[in-house]
Amino acid sequence: MSSANEAMAKRSLLAAIADEDSVTGLLLAGVGQVSNEVGKETNFLTVIPGKTTVEQVEEAFDTFTSGRDDIAILLINQHIADLIRFKVDSYTNAFPAILEIPSKDHPYDPEKDSILKKVRRLFGE
Amino acid sequence: MSGAGNREQVFPTRMTLGLMKGKLKGAQQGHSLLKRKSEALTKRFRDITQRIDDAKRKMGRVMQTAAFSLAEVQYATGDNIAYQVQESVQKARFQVKAKQENVSGVYLPTFESHINEEINDFKFTGLGRGGQQVQKAKLVYTRAVETLVELASLQTAFIILDEVIKVTNRRVNAIEHVIIPRTENTISYINSELDELDREEFYRLKKVQEKKQEAQAAAELEENLKKQELENDPVKREEQIQKEVQKLAAGSEDDDLLKENEDDVIF
Repeated sequence: MSSANEAMAKRSLLAAIADEDSVTGLLLAGVGQVSNEVGKETNFLTVIPGKTTVEQVEEAFDTFTSGRDDIAILLINQHIADLIRFKVDSYTNAFPAILEIPSKDHPYDPEKDSILKKVRRLFGE
Repeated sequence: MSGAGNREQVFPTRMTLGLMKGKLKGAQQGHSLLKRKSEALTKRFRDITQRIDDAKRKMGRVMQTAAFSLAEVQYATGDNIAYQVQESVQKARFQVKAKQENVSGVYLPTFESHINEEINDFKFTGLGRGGQQVQKAKLVYTRAVETLVELASLQTAFIILDEVIKVTNRRVNAIEHVIIPRTENTISYINSELDELDREEFYRLKKVQEKKQEAQAAAELEENLKKQELENDPVKREEQIQKEVQKLAAGSEDDDLLKENEDDVIF
């Protein structure tokens, strides 16, 4: 358990893949971290519709989930999670935790949440 | 019967029987312990699921409020502050610390929000106008992120518990449906083999005794027959008596060493 402990102790940051407004809000809360280290430049990705491609989102998702070892929680807008739904649904690790959050323009839909889906499947609803 | 069922490949001896009995006892004990563990975890799991459900709903409300306060900021500042905010970010003010909680031998991580008040990357954001709204948005968003962190730790616990419960249930079922029947089969197999050996041994002893008795009876019968023959037949009896008398007489003559004349005997 000690190795998991150490791995957990390192993870102290929150990461975000979200639209501009959500990113702004999260940054105002102070989750942003910018450094010069290669591969750890920013811990947030602003998704601008029509400008950011799905590939970029996927790449950021991979970087935040498996590339970096200092991220504890990954916040992702639900409508962006929908773009890479297969990746989010097949992600089973405990660290970092993936959290789908609502955005301003897209109200939260509990039906789509991968965790709530699991909950429902478990209780046979 | 026992040989046909699923059993371990063992020699049917008393020692293995003892070993198997010990194994069965251990398996039963382990089964009851694991079952209890699984029940405790499931209870916890249901609790967490309930809390996740609540927290998700709460998150929806909190994020709505937060988005509204951001809209206020945008209205007050007049221009888009997103660019300014993104450019001025340097170090994370809001961090999380992972703690561990032990539930029946399972370590569940929980995140704790940790805010470093010394870091303020947005000193100049909204300096021109809307500074108050920016401050408010910061507060609201901080609170929102705290809710998110809480939800994230619940969710992590959920994922880990899910995994652990699956493993535990798999073990419980394996013991219940594979190991225990198998050990029971082995025990009954050994028992039947030992009984078989016992019966064989018993039968063998009986057979030996029977043979002995038969032989004895035959010998007795023969002797009796002889006696009876002698008694029943007077001629033969006479002959016999005469034979014996002759023998005695002959014996008294022939067997007397003193009467023997032997020349070459030198004393």
